[in-house]
Amino acid sequence: MKKIGKQTIEFEHSVNILGSFSIVGPKEGKGNFSEYFDKILDDDLFGQKSYEKAERKMFLTAVLGALKSCNLKTSDIDVLLGGDLMNQIISSNFTARELQSPFLGIFGACSTMVESLIVGASLIDGNCFKNVACFTGSHFSTAEKQFRYPLELGTQRPPTSQWTVTGAGCTILSSVNSDIKIKQATIGKVVDWNVSDLNNMGGAMAPAALETLYTFFEDTKTTPNDYDLILTGDLGKLGSEILRDLMEFRGYKLGTNYGDCGQMIFNKNQKVFQGGSGCGCVASVLNSYVIKRLKQKKAKNAVIVATGALMSTLSSQQGDSIPCIAQLVLLETKNV
Amino acid sequence: MNIKERDKKYNDYLEAKIPKTKPWPTLFHAFWIGGLICLIGEIFKDLFLLIPNMTEENAGIFESVSIIVLASILTGFGLYDKIGAYAGAGSIVPISGFSNSITSPAIEFKREGLIFGLCAKMFIIAGPVIVSGLVASIVVGLIYFVF
Repeated sequence: MKKIGKQTIEFEHSVNILGSFSIVGPKEGKGNFSEYFDKILDDDLFGQKSYEKAERKMFLTAVLGALKSCNLKTSDIDVLLGGDLMNQIISSNFTARELQSPFLGIFGACSTMVESLIVGASLIDGNCFKNVACFTGSHFSTAEKQFRYPLELGTQRPPTSQWTVTGAGCTILSSVNSDIKIKQATIGKVVDWNVSDLNNMGGAMAPAALETLYTFFEDTKTTPNDYDLILTGDLGKLGSEILRDLMEFRGYKLGTNYGDCGQMIFNKNQKVFQGGSGCGCVASVLNSYVIKRLKQKKAKNAVIVATGALMSTLSSQQGDSIPCIAQLVLLETKNV
Repeated sequence: MNIKERDKKYNDYLEAKIPKTKPWPTLFHAFWIGGLICLIGEIFKDLFLLIPNMTEENAGIFESVSIIVLASILTGFGLYDKIGAYAGAGSIVPISGFSNSITSPAIEFKREGLIFGLCAKMFIIAGPVIVSGLVASIVVGLIYFVF
């Protein structure tokens, strides 16, 4: 492992994506990636008594599914890395309780998936760990309850709003060789351009995505054209348009290889305004669409930039603006 | 460019960039649904007036109670949020909106228990309205008392 440029890491040992699993709710299952998801729920309560319990059951299903996809057992996991949006990351903590594997809880809001991949890849590159399970997710109903209004309250969503994805994903990283590898990662800084509109997360997070993506291109001396797929996590339609503007202003024009998981996950008829958001957005898309594209050799590399808004309802009520972060990993397939 | 200038420039850019709510369709939705709720209220009132010895004042009270109960039932069946998403203020301003604002957190937080969940959280939306109402009535009461 070595540092290149200002904020980028290059993994020198082989860090492989061995297994993956994605699980989503019924609404996401009717979206654009339905054919890619491993499991689509019929009922977003998942047979549980509360949405919080359903969220952790999704996490557990994702981890067990990912292990099964590469024929590993729970006891093969050296460390679990997970986080979520709930206070005190309860969904991840309760999942780790069930799995009884060593666990590091992490929090990066909606950037958690990529943050866990960066930590996991570093642990494997350090030659200490063999298999690391990285998981995260979100649930529309738990996020609404914690951050917004009761589900049945008759309010209107503003046109800039996004829809929290009900979904979870798990990636198994390993030192054992496979077709897809994590080559590089850029650790983001907390960026705050003084946006405080909680209904415009894309606008708040776009500068964080800009700083991380720009630093990655500068550090690696590459351009957007060197990559088959550049995906941001959950900027949504508006946020990704803003990112295009900001990147162009800094001298990097994003082409048709750029997309946003939040914008892509739902289709136009699903009334979600700017698109999806939440930890589950990038987690479910990465562990389905992206990994399958790479496996099928339809893309030889993919840059994933997961963005997270790091405020709480308390900080917002006290008038603070929204601090944001973006974490980046570069995935590559072996000899295409 | 210093940080303050950058933030201001970015927020100005955002302001110009964000999609705005279209006022005319929104107003129309609010107008006809709001009007419909009031019409239903008037129908209830006229029906109550058919009851022998019913006064105008009592019929009005029964009307409000009926709308409150109806909105609460619609909330329970998961329909009022759909009406609200379409009508906006049209379904928030009438008393049915107040009913919805109390029933919806009651449903949401019933899993946290009867006392600390349902009862404690029931007024998280309607609470400020009740507080303002109480404060206003105290002020009016004092004015009435003094003059």
